[in-house]
Amino acid sequence: MEHFFSVLGIWLGVLFTFAIFSFLYKDNPVYKVAEQIFVGLSAGYWFVYTIYFILIPNLFDPLINDFAGNWIKLIPAVLGIMMLMRLMPKTGWVSRFPIALVIGTTSGVFFLRYLKSDVINQLTATMMNPFTGGDWVVIIGQIMLIVGTLTGVIYFYFSKKHEGAFGATAKVGIYFLMISFGAAFGYTAMARISLLIGRLQFLLGDWLGIISP
Amino acid sequence: MSENIKKKQIDRRWIFLLLFISVALPLIFVIGFPIETTENARLVYGLIEQTPKGSKVIISFDYDPASKPELHPMGKALMKHCFDRDIKVIVTALWPMGVQMAEDIYSDLKDNYPDKKYGEDYVNMGYKAGGIVTIQAMGKNFRDIFPQDMNGTSIDELPILDGINNFDNLGFVFALSAGDPGIKQWVQIAHDTFGRPVSGGVTGVSAPAVIPYVNQQQQLIGLLAGLKGAAEYELLTKTPGTATKGMDAQSVAHLIIIIFIIMGNINYWRNKKAEKKGVE
Amino acid sequence: MKRKIPLLITFLVGVIIIISEFIPHKPFGQISGELEKWYLIIAGFAIILGQLSLFKVNLFKIRHRQKNWQFFILTLLSFILMVSIGIFWGTENHPGIFGNGETISNTIGTKPFDYLFDNVYQNLQATMFSLLAFFIASAAYRAFIARTLESSLLLVAAILVMLGNTSLGSALTGWLPESLKFLHLPRISEFIMKYPTTAGQRAIMIGAAFGIIGSSLRIILGIERSYLGGK
Repeated sequence: MEHFFSVLGIWLGVLFTFAIFSFLYKDNPVYKVAEQIFVGLSAGYWFVYTIYFILIPNLFDPLINDFAGNWIKLIPAVLGIMMLMRLMPKTGWVSRFPIALVIGTTSGVFFLRYLKSDVINQLTATMMNPFTGGDWVVIIGQIMLIVGTLTGVIYFYFSKKHEGAFGATAKVGIYFLMISFGAAFGYTAMARISLLIGRLQFLLGDWLGIISP
Repeated sequence: MSENIKKKQIDRRWIFLLLFISVALPLIFVIGFPIETTENARLVYGLIEQTPKGSKVIISFDYDPASKPELHPMGKALMKHCFDRDIKVIVTALWPMGVQMAEDIYSDLKDNYPDKKYGEDYVNMGYKAGGIVTIQAMGKNFRDIFPQDMNGTSIDELPILDGINNFDNLGFVFALSAGDPGIKQWVQIAHDTFGRPVSGGVTGVSAPAVIPYVNQQQQLIGLLAGLKGAAEYELLTKTPGTATKGMDAQSVAHLIIIIFIIMGNINYWRNKKAEKKGVE
Repeated sequence: MKRKIPLLITFLVGVIIIISEFIPHKPFGQISGELEKWYLIIAGFAIILGQLSLFKVNLFKIRHRQKNWQFFILTLLSFILMVSIGIFWGTENHPGIFGNGETISNTIGTKPFDYLFDNVYQNLQATMFSLLAFFIASAAYRAFIARTLESSLLLVAAILVMLGNTSLGSALTGWLPESLKFLHLPRISEFIMKYPTTAGQRAIMIGAAFGIIGSSLRIILGIERSYLGGK
């Protein structure tokens, strides 16, 4: 019986794979069915996992097992329930309180972390002597890194009109941005093809057994 | 201009079919193009090699089945590398499906490592929401965020977590990341706030946005990018797997896309010439 | 009151989090630590809210017989199915309210929740995203045109990275002598990634970070209030 269900499982996988691929020919009801099942299962999965991995271990268990030591968790519990009141139009405004707390925390953390990681550390990493550390290829690269970063940042400064020397510098920034977008396209193409390879490894390996999975 | 592009174009379904075939055939008929490693992959390899035996590390599975072909082979080779080096693995997940991705790899590997015990050499702490704020909370008090592992076993009963109260005693953090929350948040918190070494593997899509973190500040130590990164790591750890097998197909598909780009350009310029002639 | 108190909460919480970075002692460190733990729990409820909201929206579409309403019945049914089996018999590592459902697990080889995840969900999601491979190939043919210097730079970088990031790239220029190795495709791709791409992406990163920092300050100071919604 177990073997039957294992084979059935593969066939289910194949069925849904082709149901989704059918969209490539044109939009059709079979695709829509698969799409909606995907949305439903996905939401259900998140729901169950949130209960088992967050609400039970981090809220319910501590409150049940040691209420005296964890009563403070009643505050986020109440805030969480207030969040759920958003489902009802009349009580929706109550959810502003937990949202305010979440947004306040996120803003505080973002302010600190982005300032350090994405501004200070990035600028520090750019402030280097480009003429050290390797052969001429490395030196050219390091000069490009410094010039590209500075001109790129200048391009993003929109409070001053891009003309004259400032405009020319911003133009150099655009060239670097274009190269990085090109590389990003190359990587995106690579990523998407990899996903197709994964699907074909399933179809040709797990299903048809032509290749070793 | 858009009219120009639309003119005399083949039905895109032919493009789809051609791509499908060009990916399928090299999977069946293996060509065996050579794979080369990049500096970033070697840095990742070096980090694990230099981590002392018995160290405890976090591997965060921040992806779902949509990115499985790219990140799963990295995860597998990495976990195997850690087990070979006697590094103890603590799994976390910022994406709910990451829990099962990690379990999938562990169940594949555990028969080959009968001496590795759950709770002593490997543990899966499960999924936590909250992204960057939760990572920050983990860094301050790991045990508050993870009072239990995924099976509901109390953290106090898991020997691997003895002495792990925050990020202080961790060898490194490795994020297998398909987006947000993921590697960016690990860099911002685990490295830039708590000073732990961070490395990672990302999907091809996110690689360019993450690459600035690989710098002299060592915000990231190396980076495995996409299927190629996974294949490089498989090569370095001498464990060829699905990424290595997929590289031929990847090569042919890229070639096809490049041919499409060239054809599209020829088509465009030919139409433009014809349009000019028509106007004259 | 419905707006002023939330604004005050955001202000206080944001300020405490920032102060605690510089004065990590009592009471700031303690309060910010507690807030971060609460965040996880509230985030959990927010996820539940998201799923219930999806349920509500779909129910609305069905009730009002909106376009393609029949398909949304399937959304609800699959949601209910996944939640029910998850809660009744649990997941791979968690027992449900009816225990582990050994009889069912022995029959189908795994828990029903995991059976659905492994065989249906994984395949659906992986295939859904693999569709993008076809569209990117089609886009490459239709829209990737070298019209200007900027688009030509983009195109050349993309082609070099695509070639260098495969084993084909290694095979094509692997024969080059050591003195010309810098022209080896994987090396060119690595160079593009390490220098000009890093430069471009770093500029974006710094620009975006300034934007985020500015928005955070606007939110904390109560200038930006759109997150509260309504009036």
